[in-house]
Amino acid sequence: MDPMVRVPVREQDPVVRAANFEEVCLGYSEEEAIAEASRCLNCKNARCVGGCPVSIDIPAFIQEVKAGNFEEAYQIISQSSALPAVCGRVCPQETQCEGRCVRGIKGEPVAIGKLERFVADWARENGIKPKKAEESNGHKVAVIGSGPAGLTCAGDLAKLGYDVTIFEALHEAGGVLSYGIPEFRLPKSKVVAAEIANVESLGVKIETNVVIGKSTTIDELMDEEGFEAVFIGSGAGLPRFMGIPGEQAMGVFSANEFLTRNNLMKAYLDGYDTPIASGKKVIVVGGGNVAMDAARTAKRLGAEVHIVYRRGEEELPARKEEVHHAKEEGIIFDLLQNPVEILVNEDGAVKGCRIIKMELGEPDESGRRSPVEIPGSEYELEADTVIMSLGTSPNPLISSTTIGLDINKRKCIIAEEETGATSKTGVYAGGDAVTGAATVILAMGAGKAAAKGIHEFLSNK
Amino acid sequence: MYPILRKEKLADKIYLMDVKAERVAKAAKPGQFVIVKTNEWGERIPLTICDYDAKAGTVTIVLQTVGASTERMIELEVGDSFQDFVGPLGCPSDLVEEDLEEVKKKKIVFIAGGVGTAPVYPQVKWLHEHGVDCDVIMGSRTKELLFFEDKMREVATNLYVTTDDGSYGFHGMGTNQLQDLYDQGVRYDHCVAIGPMIMMKFVCKLTKELGIKTIVSMNPIMVDGTGMCGACRLVVGDEVKFACVDGPEFDGHLVDFDQAMKRQLQYKTEEGRAMLALKEGDTHHGGCGQCGGDK
Repeated sequence: MDPMVRVPVREQDPVVRAANFEEVCLGYSEEEAIAEASRCLNCKNARCVGGCPVSIDIPAFIQEVKAGNFEEAYQIISQSSALPAVCGRVCPQETQCEGRCVRGIKGEPVAIGKLERFVADWARENGIKPKKAEESNGHKVAVIGSGPAGLTCAGDLAKLGYDVTIFEALHEAGGVLSYGIPEFRLPKSKVVAAEIANVESLGVKIETNVVIGKSTTIDELMDEEGFEAVFIGSGAGLPRFMGIPGEQAMGVFSANEFLTRNNLMKAYLDGYDTPIASGKKVIVVGGGNVAMDAARTAKRLGAEVHIVYRRGEEELPARKEEVHHAKEEGIIFDLLQNPVEILVNEDGAVKGCRIIKMELGEPDESGRRSPVEIPGSEYELEADTVIMSLGTSPNPLISSTTIGLDINKRKCIIAEEETGATSKTGVYAGGDAVTGAATVILAMGAGKAAAKGIHEFLSNK
Repeated sequence: MYPILRKEKLADKIYLMDVKAERVAKAAKPGQFVIVKTNEWGERIPLTICDYDAKAGTVTIVLQTVGASTERMIELEVGDSFQDFVGPLGCPSDLVEEDLEEVKKKKIVFIAGGVGTAPVYPQVKWLHEHGVDCDVIMGSRTKELLFFEDKMREVATNLYVTTDDGSYGFHGMGTNQLQDLYDQGVRYDHCVAIGPMIMMKFVCKLTKELGIKTIVSMNPIMVDGTGMCGACRLVVGDEVKFACVDGPEFDGHLVDFDQAMKRQLQYKTEEGRAMLALKEGDTHHGGCGQCGGDK
């Protein structure tokens, strides 16, 4: 075995998987995991840990895997992460832990994400649960939103003995893990529900169907229901549109709508009532992970799918692995192109897009070279469905109904990075509600920081 | 789970239910709506709040069967429960949020069409309880589809009932009744129209001519009801609005009804198929060669 090369992970064949919703990546076997774990150099100054937003003791858990002590490995990870089976699947490890791995200098970095996934899956299959707090400290904390930030914050506080209730607006817990990321990347009942059950096993209560800002408010939770602190992890829910002609036509969807119908409402399964207009020829506008998810979902529902993105391959914000998987599955990438109009037939339904070609100009404030239209390069691309995946912004429902909660000009809640503290005493926030749309693991890091902040606040009260 | 405490048939295909949902009952205001999901497999269906009792913790909804999901809802009986019931969603009616003295100065008329009578009722009731006079025109296609006439008479200053076929009350539509009142010299300066989109469109056309400010309550396709999916977007003036968080009430003279009505048709084929599958069960799963049900 070449120690410079990682143990390859088994995946479903691209042709087969492009027509089903089963998970793409099949994960390591015990033998494969042990073999990959033995590539870890167990560095004294482990740079990988510094790359992890929740600071998992990576070399320690990998050494346990190497020795075949999978339960020990799980307990080490679960000290730092409430959702290891999720993170092992959806974290951008290549820019975090694995991006700093010493093995990566001359060869391939250790497959930390795949090992984390293996350990979490092994623990679930063997009925291992995270360790619960010995006794309750009697303090009530409310967590708003049951996505990655909320679940992490709730889990950490419960481990410290707090009486935590999560309020979720939708009918199912998980936030973006449930409505956004598709089954083929993150299995719902097998992985997401199981990790949520682990958080509940720590004593966390989840009340679904409560829209904070509508059903009740943060001020009411604190003044009338006895919550001493509140964590807001409500995410960035509002979809953006382009503002081009034809965008209100039948057949134009936000990626949020398309994915929610498919993932949360399970429109792809027989027996569920929620309809989804899958289309025969679909244009997905955007180049992020959500765009890849929407495109690969449409493909599985039977469509020819084009991703139209205004910058080039290098600039695609999606993870490399997602782009690679999408290409393998036959998604067509129309790069350096941008829709200028959605073409509509006499019934008010989409019949295509007028698209203009772009070239890269000077770098913009994000450091990426900004795309510039090439005059006279417009052409028409036929389609019956257009899915807008242009990012999201925070929902003003909470900020507009909470007295004394400051937001910035992008409508994001202002919170201290170290503690999650907001302008309102006892109220903490983190995740996309603070940063705008980002990743699962950054939201978890913020949830973790806020749990520490809340613990300090309530301990000194 | 949200138990059904009362169920009443109001008219053909129109049912009333009292549902136990304490948080919603406590927070609800006229003009808002809920999203209801029958069971694991059900759709999230937006329904207007018809009444609420904070003390009893109950919310009254009125639903009309229009597809497979609503058909399944009305199969539930007292003692059964909805799996999910979330709200109150959307903004309360302007009339209950505005300064009461200002509202009292207005000459208000409500025009309710069909099942739109249900969301009109709590607004009229609220105004009545706060000492505000308002007239109500409520109409339906035919006598058998009318409901809430007595309840509405208790809270409306003047009630005008219309049927399209003349089987009861004024022979004609709400717009004809409004024109008739106008011709008799009755003047309004504020109109609230709630009903099918086509009815609201024609009310707005008339009230624009008559110079009466008109508020409509839009009921487009929705999924989450909290601003997340954008399915319910519509053009108001030159802006794109989400009915779930910006509405459901909008200035009717600015709403692009033609586009909104087209968007309503998005899932018509799928809904028809689901209804057929529900009624005919497995007999239709092989596909008839016409409907594409075999795909």
